[in-house]
Amino acid sequence: MKPVNQKAWFLVLPVFICVAFSAILPLMTVVNYSVQDIIDPTRRVFVGTEWFASVMRDEDLHAALLRQLGFSLSVLLVEIPLGIALALSMPATGWKASATLVLVALSLLIPWNVVGTIWQIYGRADIGLLGATLQAIGIDYSYTGNATHAWLTVLVMDVWHWTPLVALLCYAGLRAIPDAYYQAARIDGASKLAVFRYIQLPKLRGVLMIAVLLRFMDSFMIYTEPFVLTGGGPGNATTFLSQYLTQKAVGQFDVGPAAAFSLIYFLIILLLCFILYNWMQRVGTADKSGGA
Amino acid sequence: MHENRFHKRSLFLLAYLLFAVLPIYWMVNMSFKTNEEILASFSLLPQQFTWDNYKVIFTDASWYSGYLNSLLYVAINTVISLTVALPAAYAFSRYSFLGDKHVFFWLLTNRMTPPAVFLLPFFQLYTTLGLMDTHLAVALAHLVFNVPLAVWILEGFMSGIPREIDETAYIDGYSFPRFFLTIFIPLIKAGIGVAAFFCFMFSWVELLLARTLTSVNAKPIVAVMTRTVSASGMDWAVLAAAGTLTIVPGAIVIWFVRHYIAKGFAMGRV
Repeated sequence: MKPVNQKAWFLVLPVFICVAFSAILPLMTVVNYSVQDIIDPTRRVFVGTEWFASVMRDEDLHAALLRQLGFSLSVLLVEIPLGIALALSMPATGWKASATLVLVALSLLIPWNVVGTIWQIYGRADIGLLGATLQAIGIDYSYTGNATHAWLTVLVMDVWHWTPLVALLCYAGLRAIPDAYYQAARIDGASKLAVFRYIQLPKLRGVLMIAVLLRFMDSFMIYTEPFVLTGGGPGNATTFLSQYLTQKAVGQFDVGPAAAFSLIYFLIILLLCFILYNWMQRVGTADKSGGA
Repeated sequence: MHENRFHKRSLFLLAYLLFAVLPIYWMVNMSFKTNEEILASFSLLPQQFTWDNYKVIFTDASWYSGYLNSLLYVAINTVISLTVALPAAYAFSRYSFLGDKHVFFWLLTNRMTPPAVFLLPFFQLYTTLGLMDTHLAVALAHLVFNVPLAVWILEGFMSGIPREIDETAYIDGYSFPRFFLTIFIPLIKAGIGVAAFFCFMFSWVELLLARTLTSVNAKPIVAVMTRTVSASGMDWAVLAAAGTLTIVPGAIVIWFVRHYIAKGFAMGRV
């Protein structure tokens, strides 16, 4: 157990001030808007929970939420194992390690609107490498016409864009495992699989927790890339939650319902992250008591 | 058998690298073409090679100052984020105190808000403070998602370091600041490298807040780029050139922190 020390608050205080300064005011503003009907800047009416009720009953929202859950789940199922595998196969020393690190990190550094634009060209059957290749091997690929293709393209784009985040975190985590652990495993004659299961995976728990939560919440708020690539289409195939929110807020310019939507949105992410967080912590501690 | 295993790993790595690099290759390829060539035909290499797109960026002040503005606020943001996050992460990883778990999780909840939510309140806040269109405004606004991230990453790395090291140092008569700066920070170099890179990266690519809080003096490159969509259609070639150039600073950053990430630390020596 960690020792109790209330003075540790002083170490946390700068962070608390920095974040609270930027976080509390926006939250209050949104709560304020969500319970009012703003007719014009001088006339506003208190409407209580009316916006919340109407947002919750919105059928299109339910559809967008389901699409979003499916997408975020797919993102986690692909990117987390792929990221771990990538981190395990990256060389640990020498120029190869440096070169791989830089190459892997490149996709993270491209602004999100450019990511969408590049894939827009990259996926085109007439002038893009991906589209042309798929056509050449006999797939009638079109991300603008076919809903499945559009959805898969957004997923592959996200995997391309964000797997490096998981890989870099895991890679740094792996490098922080002391050699003594591996030596002990070698003496015990442990298999590669056993080393992974009982040494590497438990030691990666901290970074994996960050990776899972980050990828979950960021993919849940994905906006720019599908907006640029497919504009939410064809039909509604790639209209995820934040796109739907923006359509509502900007298209109809209704601050009240949009604010209520934002709060519900936030609460959904919060709830799911909380469940993930607690689940991963339980798995981790069960591991510790059982494995050690 | 060992040979085999090695080959499988390298093959997988090479396959992934190919997948990772091809879209970027396509962007670089586009940046050396003219718009007509990009839209007219499929070619693996530019047929009419041109530097014009890069010339546009390097000769137009509104383009290249975009890069400088972005670099400036990203640097300010990364330094502040790490400075405040280091002691806090240490507190979370070493002590329990009133509300520690709640504060720790609350920090991350600030990343869960759709960024659009922040726009209007931030605009009002920074206008009131007279900070609009300054680099400081963007740097401060980006703290809301970078500080929690830095705290979480650093806490993860610090928790991997046995507490006995702290205790031994205190018994040896080290004060907290001296222990922290001379013993502890070198031990978590890998974590600091990763955290610095992620702070840099997330601040570098953020568009919505940076665009809202700036107009002329501190306008970031991501906002300048949206200009390539104009009435005459999309300027794909210049956008590709600008996109290629946005990778460069980050690649330099990762080149510098690569040792921190790759080395980790050897516990045997402590």
